[in-house]
Amino acid sequence: MLPHLPGPWTRAPSDGHGRGLGGALRTGTADDGSLTLSLTPWRGRRGRCSNRPVDTPKAPGAPADGEGSPVGRRLVLGMLGLGAAGLVSAPYLQRGTESALSAVSGKDPTGVTELLPNGGGFRYYSVASSVPHRNAGTYELRVGGLVEKPGRLTLDELRELPQQRIVRDVQCVTGWRVPSTAFEGVRLSDLLDAFGVRPEAGAVRFTCFDGIYSESLTLKQAMRDDVLVTLRMNDEPLSHSHGGPVRLYVAPMYFYKSAKWLSGIRLTREVQPGYWEKRGYAVDGWVGRSNGRDDAPTAA
Amino acid sequence: MLRQPPEPPGPASAVDERPGPEESAASASRVLRFERAVRWCHHGTAVLMALCVGTALCLYVPGLAELAGRRWLMVTVHKWSGLLLPVPLLLGLASRALRADLRRLNRFGPHDRIWLRAAARARRPHPRPGEDWGVEAGKFNAGQKVFAAWTAGAVLVMTGTGLLMWFTGLAPLVWRTSATFVHDWLALALGIVLVGHVAMAVAHPEARAAMRTGKVDRAWARREHPLWDPSDEPPPRPWKR
Repeated sequence: MLPHLPGPWTRAPSDGHGRGLGGALRTGTADDGSLTLSLTPWRGRRGRCSNRPVDTPKAPGAPADGEGSPVGRRLVLGMLGLGAAGLVSAPYLQRGTESALSAVSGKDPTGVTELLPNGGGFRYYSVASSVPHRNAGTYELRVGGLVEKPGRLTLDELRELPQQRIVRDVQCVTGWRVPSTAFEGVRLSDLLDAFGVRPEAGAVRFTCFDGIYSESLTLKQAMRDDVLVTLRMNDEPLSHSHGGPVRLYVAPMYFYKSAKWLSGIRLTREVQPGYWEKRGYAVDGWVGRSNGRDDAPTAA
Repeated sequence: MLRQPPEPPGPASAVDERPGPEESAASASRVLRFERAVRWCHHGTAVLMALCVGTALCLYVPGLAELAGRRWLMVTVHKWSGLLLPVPLLLGLASRALRADLRRLNRFGPHDRIWLRAAARARRPHPRPGEDWGVEAGKFNAGQKVFAAWTAGAVLVMTGTGLLMWFTGLAPLVWRTSATFVHDWLALALGIVLVGHVAMAVAHPEARAAMRTGKVDRAWARREHPLWDPSDEPPPRPWKR
């Protein structure tokens, strides 16, 4: 609170615009002609109408509307200040809200906490207007490009191949992380070996039956043993909203590399940037070492 | 100081609806509350805000994200509608009437303090329809003034944090993470406040008519905004008629 300076209440300048910061500082000429200065907070201020009681604000010739302290401006500036304070204290606040939410969200049957910022769980992202549903009868995975014998696989054929299970954290480039998620499916390297990679191939391009999304890996990245053509997640068949029936899973990279609704694998000479990579995302999307982020790595 | 109770519906309102010579009397009892520039500023801001909030929901709420898809389009519309959100107001500053309204929103008189105290006591942002707190209000009551200023400040913070996320090279990483945090939580608060704003409009048809047609019933104005003198409104300039 600002202190009251001694002196009479003074008539504000006739234009009514507050002077100085927030209009709290006012100058005026008193009856005796001397220049006076009053520094007053909003509390107790009566603006230009200080010479009449508060309870008769409709006195003729003295409209009260549009006069008084510029509290509106102070509120706007206050919000800007709060925003700046929020930016500075966010790292500390975020730790608090995340631990509180993760403690609650496990016991929340309504699922409301999952809608709160960093409330935990997967978020659904799709770049297409709508994604068709595929099942064992309609799904097929085409493998082509620089391979010895191009071909296609049905869902049942994929299920009959040797399955691997990997449990890792999932890290999205937009910030959310889901701990310890199990992915199960065919190693991409096994699949590529089965189709025979031609020596001139240097990269793998993935396309999806949503009709739009695409992704790419270098051949070296694709041959890692933590890259799967995934059929099951958390020990259940992969659901449509998680990219089912078949999605890619690239454990050490941000989750946009793990293309949902996988329907095509093409061997190419060089890496062709995928959907988001044409829009600024890193092609080599290592968790914690790309996209300007420093998240804890999800795989060694 | 108690305000007049609302007029009971009866023959008077029936007369108002009858066409004929009474029509001119009815329109004479309506006073200008929002000039055209003010209304267009509101509508422009409302459309941009609806686009911004709508796309935000489609990006964020899993069910809606699944329904809408088209993530790249949603992101683009969200970014541009958000960035353009302050523009209608900035354009509107050319209007004298809008500047006068801004001034009324900015300045808080003693009656506004009484209003806010009543609101704090009642733990409500406004009286229930038909309820009377016995407090005075100018063209805008204190609740409307606080809403306007808070929303303006919140939109500026959302724009600032949004730009930090948009132009990722603008600031170091820790800033971007912090900006995301502030943007997310403030979006939630802003959403609640906007729902309140729309609910208030739904509950007050006369206020809604003011924003649609520019005019309100003189008796309503006297009752709800006793300190507002409609003759204060700047007369429309001849070339604008």
